[in-house]
Amino acid sequence: MADALLTFLLRNGDNTLILGHRLSEWCGHAPALEEDIALANTALDLIGQTQLWLELAATVEGRGRTADKLAYLRDAGEFRNVLMVERPNGDYGKTLMRQFLFDAWHHTLLTVLTSSKDSRIAEIAAKALKEVSYHLGRSSDLVTRLGNGSDESHRRMQDALDELWPYAGECFVTDEADRELAAAGIAPAPDVLKPAWERIVERTLAPATLTAPGGTFVHKGGKRGIHTEHLGYILAEMQFLQRAYPGAVW
Amino acid sequence: MISVEQVWQWLGDVPDPEIPVLSVIDLGIVREVRWDGETLVVTVTPTYSGCPAATVINLDIEAALGKRGVEKLRLERRLSPPWTTDWIGPAAQEKLREYGIAPPVVGAPVACPQCGSTRTETVSQFGSTPCKAAYRCLDCLEPFDRFKCI
Repeated sequence: MADALLTFLLRNGDNTLILGHRLSEWCGHAPALEEDIALANTALDLIGQTQLWLELAATVEGRGRTADKLAYLRDAGEFRNVLMVERPNGDYGKTLMRQFLFDAWHHTLLTVLTSSKDSRIAEIAAKALKEVSYHLGRSSDLVTRLGNGSDESHRRMQDALDELWPYAGECFVTDEADRELAAAGIAPAPDVLKPAWERIVERTLAPATLTAPGGTFVHKGGKRGIHTEHLGYILAEMQFLQRAYPGAVW
Repeated sequence: MISVEQVWQWLGDVPDPEIPVLSVIDLGIVREVRWDGETLVVTVTPTYSGCPAATVINLDIEAALGKRGVEKLRLERRLSPPWTTDWIGPAAQEKLREYGIAPPVVGAPVACPQCGSTRTETVSQFGSTPCKAAYRCLDCLEPFDRFKCI
């Protein structure tokens, strides 16, 4: 059980860490000032949530590591985030679509986690859910407006959806660790969340005039530590300081 | 021994680093003050989980209480119940309005803190800090910050 719990906490913390880092890459580069500020703030929320998840992971692990050590001193193969969050940002449409698909899943997961039998998890989820509700409101609004906007914006949003859809599927891949926690009432089995996620997604895609691709192929591996090449580049940048100057503190 | 009431009063003079018109008490983030033997324990609830001001707030509380002669202080973080802008009371809301920030009032139309008009529009869902959004008044045309309701 301890192993399954640790894996689950790392998955949560790594998802928010890697997506938060990806979003921060837009800082100073977004197409409009308001968007720049919005993405930086969303990144900030996600990094704050990372702190909570990885702090708890470090406690559960009980080997004297801290949240910072988990973030800065693990190699790619030890990360447990889904592949979708390590996708390169691409154009703004891809960044927003990835955010929307993630937010819809994140919101669904956190909603269930607020009644986790592990009160530490329930508390983090209740805190994060407030922030993520705001993220989801924003990303679904923008996906609708851009999907149902000009021919160019529509095309880009549909391209983004076609590319990211098979990645979103990994959020629902369920393994032994997931089943163990579900049986204990600590976290829902990921596959159980899919109908609720699909409802949220469909509610936005319809007015956005976008069409979810058919097909059931899923790009997966991240949850087990098998990543795309992109994660290595993210870590090279994110972990540089701690790798070059071990133990550096503010 | 310093009374708990006295400590609450002192904390009322510790300003939020980003919105100095509000104290940490006005923000509603101080949840408990108690003595654990000879150690003073102050329990703080974070506003936004990634708010950079949180670290500064803790340092400010330590500095303010240290200056008043509190020798042993422990700051504890409490996540539950999560912080809500409902904990910003009417007096604090008024301070925000005077400062030029539309306070977080659930269900009410967003009123311009300059002219009071409720004909306002959102410019950006996020603003200069995680807790605010950018608005504009359609009557006096002034841009203003609004404290988000969470």
